[in-house]
Amino acid sequence: MRRLPILALYALPLIFLAVFYLYPLLAILRVGVGGDDFAAQAAAALTSAALWRLLWFTTWQAALSTALTVLAGLPLAFIFARFDFPGKRILHALLTIPFVMPTVVVAAAFMALIGRTGLLNSWLQRWLALAAPPIQLEQTIWLILIVHVFYNVAIIIRTVGGFWGNLNPHLNETAMALGAPPWQVWRTVTLPLLLPSILAASLLVFLFCFTSFGVVLILGGLRFATIEVEIYRQAVSYFNLPLAALLSIVQLALTFSVMIVYTRLQARVSRQLRGRRPARSQRPRNWRQWGLVIGALVVTAVGLLAPLLALAVRSFTLGDQGVTLLYYQALTENPRQSAFFAPPITAITNSLLYALATLAISLPLGVISVYMLAQPRSRTAAVLDPLLLLPLGTSAVTLGFGYIVAMGPLRTSPWLTPIAHALIALPFVVRTLLPARRALDQRLQMAAATLGAGAWQRWWTIDAPLLTRALAISAAFAFAISLGEFGATLLVARPDRPTMPMVIYQALGRPGLLNYGQALAMSTILMVVTALALLAIERFRLPGEEEF
Amino acid sequence: MSNLILLCRRRVWLTAALLVVMVASAACQAVSREAALPGGQSAQGEPTTLVLASHDSFAIGEEVLAAFEAEHGVKVQVLTLGDAGAALNKIILSKDAPLADLFFGVDNTFLSRALAADIFEPYSSPLLEQIPDDLELDPQHRLLPVDYGFVNLNADSEWFAAAGIPLPQTLEDLTAPAYKGLFVTPNPATSSPGLAFLLATIDHFGEDGYLDFWQALKANDVLITDGWSEAYFEHFTVGSGGAGDRPLVLSYSTSPPADVVYATDGRTEPASVNLFLPGSAFRQVEFVGVLKGAAHPELAQRFVDFMLDAPFQSDIPLQMFVYPVNPNATLPELFTAFAQTPPEPVLFDPAAIEANREHWVQAWAEVMGQ
Repeated sequence: MRRLPILALYALPLIFLAVFYLYPLLAILRVGVGGDDFAAQAAAALTSAALWRLLWFTTWQAALSTALTVLAGLPLAFIFARFDFPGKRILHALLTIPFVMPTVVVAAAFMALIGRTGLLNSWLQRWLALAAPPIQLEQTIWLILIVHVFYNVAIIIRTVGGFWGNLNPHLNETAMALGAPPWQVWRTVTLPLLLPSILAASLLVFLFCFTSFGVVLILGGLRFATIEVEIYRQAVSYFNLPLAALLSIVQLALTFSVMIVYTRLQARVSRQLRGRRPARSQRPRNWRQWGLVIGALVVTAVGLLAPLLALAVRSFTLGDQGVTLLYYQALTENPRQSAFFAPPITAITNSLLYALATLAISLPLGVISVYMLAQPRSRTAAVLDPLLLLPLGTSAVTLGFGYIVAMGPLRTSPWLTPIAHALIALPFVVRTLLPARRALDQRLQMAAATLGAGAWQRWWTIDAPLLTRALAISAAFAFAISLGEFGATLLVARPDRPTMPMVIYQALGRPGLLNYGQALAMSTILMVVTALALLAIERFRLPGEEEF
Repeated sequence: MSNLILLCRRRVWLTAALLVVMVASAACQAVSREAALPGGQSAQGEPTTLVLASHDSFAIGEEVLAAFEAEHGVKVQVLTLGDAGAALNKIILSKDAPLADLFFGVDNTFLSRALAADIFEPYSSPLLEQIPDDLELDPQHRLLPVDYGFVNLNADSEWFAAAGIPLPQTLEDLTAPAYKGLFVTPNPATSSPGLAFLLATIDHFGEDGYLDFWQALKANDVLITDGWSEAYFEHFTVGSGGAGDRPLVLSYSTSPPADVVYATDGRTEPASVNLFLPGSAFRQVEFVGVLKGAAHPELAQRFVDFMLDAPFQSDIPLQMFVYPVNPNATLPELFTAFAQTPPEPVLFDPAAIEANREHWVQAWAEVMGQ
């Protein structure tokens, strides 16, 4: 009898996924598979070399992008976990901004920096007196990889960095006291402890790159296509639903096998930490540490912040007026009396409201899921775990069409927006919380239960404070995912409730410098709002956390 | 103390119950509110809502829309469903439970697909009399023309003057060494103006010749971008405010007036000009239709009339930068001055487009992607 409320709670994530993911997905796949010539098309497609090339490219570019992202992210995760330095909080928030930026705008920023006529090329040409631009990355695989790292490095920094900060430094200190050189300490102590969190973060990055769409289309030119790009072409350009369904199923199958590999690996490397006492980050102590911190931060600033800065600068300097607020002013004006005009404050408010709703849905569901997953040998957990991740590896176009077919009157409801965002945010919340939940020392709980504390009291006074850091990280992700409107194109949009990305896309749809400038100005506002929101989320602390 | 524990234990129940109630009530609220939308007069006497679905580029003036709402005592809700192709597909998929009362934004490249899906109710609006016959591409009036435009090349005239290179005169000129690396155009597989230009070249060079032309364009360093926005804003010298390095772009015949309307330096003449190379301009016509199973078919018909009538038609040019189909509409001065219409635009048979789109585009992609 006492288990009943727990079971009711545990059912919530499953119901959510069944209603808002499985049901619409199956509905649209049925339409596609039920098409007259599905069998014939499937047979032809599965035996064509083009399909296998597509799968191969999608997989290796995602694997390579993930490896590069991990390499770029780990040093930063370390620095953020271990050191204190001026401007740390702000920088941490800034590093997550790329995550929310629309691909079109990011592409423009990269072109402004490293394009043929970009800043870097014109400097190099002037200094080295070259006739042709030395950096020619446009429409190459390198640009795709670079932008994938740019977009996803925040995932590594935040998830691994958050976990790293919770590791007990005594283990390292003990190893060093026993005479182990730093490299050996890293290899035998730190890395094994971090592996579960690195694996979890890598999986998220991999799934994002695996279903990469805008980056590949916009930056890759004609030579590159992922499965997701091909699904879009088949579903939207040619309206070939049978083939789109087949490709979606293949994509799901691949996602699923990646997750099986992941689960195996994760089970092998996962370990419970005893006697935790999270390290407090500290100021670098000597010139070597300062050098490390400053060096890493300079590289980050150039790699991650320069494109964002380039965008912001252009929003003030586009055209030949010199520095101008013209484009910001234009955002507040409606000279053509358009019915769907939204002043920036309305767009900001709408975006924030959707983001808050996304938080309200994904955080409770995420916490419940994590407790369910952490139960030993739970059969529901075995189903829930891959199910939670699948939305990330599912074609957005396909799911969007599924909503149209299956969601009835909810299709045009504003509620569907935060629900769809929560679907993407949930895997992040779960992957961030799970390592922290697994690392919780069960003996504390047992002790409290022996002393007579109830379930809720135990959770609130023991688990919650220990999970705060992971909770804040997952909240930041959920918020960012909603602000960046992941998969927004799959929904029915209501121009009467415009959000920041909607205003950006609207401006980009019309010729004229004023429109381009407004898109840049709104992108800059989106960056600032994101940074402020993330700073606010990171300041959030549960009462009692300081005691631990 | 034990009371407190009891309370705590009860709280788990409460939390669970509360969560369920919250989620359920939110869902119910959303469902009931939205269900009331297309469902006519609600109990509180709120006005009926007419739902218009369209693509993301739909725009309308506040006062024009308010006039319709006041006249018919309705509220018009607009839903946007992505680009023209995605929007139509969503409308087709929702055939059994229509998303809206009417749909605006089928163009002639998608006309066959839309008609074949059998989703529109014929409506012979009395206003069709005012509209030129050559724009009525569906004799059964399931889809009625609302606006039209031309996809064609724009050139940065100042750039060409400064470089001392004459403007290209024919499509073939684009493959000449003088114009190497000057032209940027969007991908026909993902962009509707891109597809329009591909169709124009098929019309001009024939099915046997268009790939040779594109091969030559490729050899002459043509740049293909994913969408129109990237071509125009990132690479076109005028659109990018000087950052791009391509003075020739595939855009619309109405882009030059937009360049003036949205200028930042108070200019009165556009920096870009229309280039009507023979056989290069493709006519796009956009249609509206009342959806089968619409909740308010009569009102939807009134809205169709409204869209074809002079006030809305006169609002079209500066809202969506296309030409009104109704000759009684007044054109803004900018349009008459700078948005010339091409002498002999390409008029493509919609059925041929739908039948061949995939293999034409695939063949093109194979040539260009190597």
